[in-house]
Amino acid sequence: MKILLKNKEIPDSQSIEIYSGRGGYAALKKALSLSPEEITSIVEESGLRGRGGAGFPAAAKWKLLTKYRKKTVYLICNADEGEPGTFKDRYIMESDPHLLIEGMTIAACATGAHHGFIYIRGEYLRMAKALVKAIEEAQAKGFLGNNIMDSGFSFFIDVFRGAGAYVCGEETALIESLEGKAGRPRLKPPFPAAAGLYGESTVIHNVTTLSFIPFIIENGPEAFKAIGKLGRGGTKLFGISGHVNNPGLYEYPMGTSLKKLIYEAAGGIKDGKRLKAVIPGGLSSPILKHDEIDVDMDFQSLHSVGTMLGSGGIIVLDEDTSIPLIAQKTAKFYAHESCGQCAPCREGTNMIKFLIERIVTGSGTEKDIEQILRLCRYIKGSTICAFGYAAAMPIETMVKKFRSEFEAFLRNS
Amino acid sequence: MIDKDTRITIAGFMKKFPCRDSALVPSLCLIQKENGYISGSDMEDLSEILNLPEARIFSTASFYSMLNLKPGGKYHIQVCTNVSCSLIEKETLFDYISKKLGIREGESTPDGLFSLEAVECLGACGYAPAMMINADHYENLDFNKADEIIDSIREYENPAEK
Ligand SMILES: Cc1cc2nc3c(=O)[nH]c(=O)nc-3n(C[C@H](O)[C@H](O)[C@H](O)COP(=O)(O)O)c2cc1C
Ligand code: SF4
Ligand code: FES
Repeated sequence: MKILLKNKEIPDSQSIEIYSGRGGYAALKKALSLSPEEITSIVEESGLRGRGGAGFPAAAKWKLLTKYRKKTVYLICNADEGEPGTFKDRYIMESDPHLLIEGMTIAACATGAHHGFIYIRGEYLRMAKALVKAIEEAQAKGFLGNNIMDSGFSFFIDVFRGAGAYVCGEETALIESLEGKAGRPRLKPPFPAAAGLYGESTVIHNVTTLSFIPFIIENGPEAFKAIGKLGRGGTKLFGISGHVNNPGLYEYPMGTSLKKLIYEAAGGIKDGKRLKAVIPGGLSSPILKHDEIDVDMDFQSLHSVGTMLGSGGIIVLDEDTSIPLIAQKTAKFYAHESCGQCAPCREGTNMIKFLIERIVTGSGTEKDIEQILRLCRYIKGSTICAFGYAAAMPIETMVKKFRSEFEAFLRNS
Repeated sequence: MIDKDTRITIAGFMKKFPCRDSALVPSLCLIQKENGYISGSDMEDLSEILNLPEARIFSTASFYSMLNLKPGGKYHIQVCTNVSCSLIEKETLFDYISKKLGIREGESTPDGLFSLEAVECLGACGYAPAMMINADHYENLDFNKADEIIDSIREYENPAEK
């Protein structure tokens, strides 16, 4: 069952003629005849949960507006896609941009937003250009802009390019960046619904979350719910990279087994080697050992084995991979990307990077391993944003689950 | 120096967004595109145009990794050194290119043609290893393909040498 990749094999899938010719913008037409409350309850009923990482129910975010609505509501699409292992949003923006535009416009109807932004990472210039072109097409056909399809409803979208900073994917850092500042996350509360962009009410969703909305409006909440395992709602895009035969982007129902994704979708481990470990949901998700992959890819199942669905970026590591070297890259990444405003995150990530480097270059001690674990514990829960968790969790689990590999570097010294 | 055309585009950014401050990041990107990097005097000019303190301009400009406050090579090569891109070959693409060009991270070739930077995930992990040269993406690379790309730029720039 494909919702987001349904047009993948269609030539010129990015053009509005192809998109609307295949039934696109019918959902928007339907949504324009519904009240905001009706759209919200359809999406709520579908069980759609955010695909950006945290999995917050989408409609619940919209309902916060009944309490916190300011004069203006802004709708932001988070297209910063910077989590290592993740490459799903770029496909939609480049090859099916109207799916996103239609989804955003329906979300705008539901939330009463008249101005939306797509915050796209600066490196995605080609994708940004595809979006700008699609926005112009949609406006020319009356699916976007003033008085959409003669409904009296107006909505405009601007594409805003970032300039290179992973932390700008965090929603309040993204808002700061849109306001022309360094992307340093804000202390929450207040949440963006109460005080977001320019102090106004703001709703933020990932590209793929928004792109599910046309399907849900068109086919009804039951059709969406019926797809995921045990009614856990819809599909998920999985980007599979690393040591597999067929790396790439795949769409499967929520709750598909990780084993099946690696061995069926991605064709198994490259060069006939054995599996060592899997990072299941982007680099910030805790690592799984080869014997832990009999798990369903949904929020609850992954949580129950101590990891998370995150961005759905699956990184597969074969038997010859050195986990301490992966930990070194991971630590370097987080030390580099920390925005620096909380001491535990700024100092902790740099200290962890230093200690792992010391270990893998052969001059570490047993104490360094303990110190890394202690730093991970300190960072978690003592920072302004979830970056701290994201930095500590993968390192902590790599050290705990593959401790002997770290110790092997010590003995070599 | 921010020239007249660039000023006109920046004025457009200022009108486009509900709040003028939002024009800052796009303006910095534009200046970099026009001048290759963002100089101290560019930031002074921008401070006047946007009516924002210079410290604010610098604080933003220095935060983002794509914004260069120093001149780089004509072709700025950014090689992904994150996890998925390091799994494919034993030697990393970054080390290979560094050796080929004879420059290290942050340096430029003596002729000013290439500069090299190690960057984090470019969102191409399934098409690893990946790099960018200026605004162009290159994916599914191996050492041969990297050679071809870099050599063809050299030839294009110095046709006489061939
Ligand atoms: C450090 C950090 C980086 C993040 N990066 C992204 C990102 O690149 N894309 C994204 O959609 N969400 C990212 N998020 C999650 C967002 O803060 C936010 O939860 C999400 O955009 C909400 O969208 P959703 O409701 O559709 O999931 C990040 C969070 C953190 C803490
Ligand atoms: S946790 Fe790290 S990234 Fe987040 S606000 Fe603090 S220093 Fe910045
Ligand atoms: S790890 Fe290199 S592009 Fe993602």
